[in-house]
Amino acid sequence: MSRPEDTLPPDLFYNDAESRKYTTSSRIQNVQVEMTNRALSLLHLQTPSLILDIGCGSGLSGEILSSVAPSSGGPHIWTGMDISASMLEIALQRDVEGDLLLADIGQGVPFRAGTFDAAISISAVQWLCNAESSDTSPQGRLARFFGGLYASLKRGGRAVCQFYPKNESQRSMVSAAAIRAGFGAGILEDGGGTKGAKVYLVLSVGGGLLRGLWRGWRGWMLRRGVGEACKGRGGRRLGGKGGSSGF
Amino acid sequence: MKILTVNFLTCAVKACKSSPLSFPLHFQDAELEQSDIEYNAAFLRNILPRVDWEALKITANELGFTTVPIEKPDLTPTSTATDKNPVRLPINTSEPQATDEKTMRDLHTLLLETEVREGKMVCGNCGHEYKIKEGIANFLLPSHLV
Repeated sequence: MSRPEDTLPPDLFYNDAESRKYTTSSRIQNVQVEMTNRALSLLHLQTPSLILDIGCGSGLSGEILSSVAPSSGGPHIWTGMDISASMLEIALQRDVEGDLLLADIGQGVPFRAGTFDAAISISAVQWLCNAESSDTSPQGRLARFFGGLYASLKRGGRAVCQFYPKNESQRSMVSAAAIRAGFGAGILEDGGGTKGAKVYLVLSVGGGLLRGLWRGWRGWMLRRGVGEACKGRGGRRLGGKGGSSGF
Repeated sequence: MKILTVNFLTCAVKACKSSPLSFPLHFQDAELEQSDIEYNAAFLRNILPRVDWEALKITANELGFTTVPIEKPDLTPTSTATDKNPVRLPINTSEPQATDEKTMRDLHTLLLETEVREGKMVCGNCGHEYKIKEGIANFLLPSHLV
């Protein structure tokens, strides 16, 4: 199956028909719910929080954020950004609780510093790797996105971005851009090596919090660094047991 | 678009990042709508320290609300006194609990349940207009402004 990212830019690909297909397909819905719950668990939110949903689409993830029970630290209030007007139109029809912005994450994140407790992104960030015109590059768009995201999160805030990297080099390009923006970053892969593999980029502002998070994880690849620390150095693949020895 | 969200939005134009005039964005021709969102005291306590009160007063004034308190209500002492930090007492306020509750409910109504459905937000620095249609603000920029 071809990657939609290789065919058209996201605002054109997710037209009315494609947006409806995405929102009504029970297969896509199930996968989306599963990934949102996984991302949410990686955020470790203890209290009702203000969350940015990057590439919120028709609000499938947002609905989950709105319905987290008080006993599990919810419900959360969210704001979604998406470049597809058709997707947002469906979100409106579905009467989601979160606020919606028609926006291109490759142009930045238009919120003041320290706004959000956390951010979540399901199947969106890989779209940044396709430059849509001659005056933008994937690197430039990734830098503006992660720079903006970093600033918009409060200190100690976290972001989890599930994405579909096309290949190893795209995966490296995305995580390197996050690290360059200042994030402490790690990649968690569920179902690695299988067709349904899911890649989660886990980011933190003020990297100290990651230490506890990584402990006990297996089969993940870790890249950690602040600012220039990791620049020019390739990511290290660390085995399960030796994981936290990276620190 | 909730009033809460507007309190955090800034102009997306790169050149405005460093200008204090780019926040808050200013409303023009705003049409409001009241929505129904479940009251969530824990969320309010979490978010209130991050709300820019001066900006909220500007926004509220532009939208025709005149009942916003001059000072940001201090809700933290009561909350911390009950759970994590029993020693700390609400020293800044002599109002009884009931007033706190009313203040919280009012804030909930203003910040979370009052929405701008149509209109535009304008940057005080560059003048760029962000249109709001059916509650969705358009933050797409022409490439020369990115």
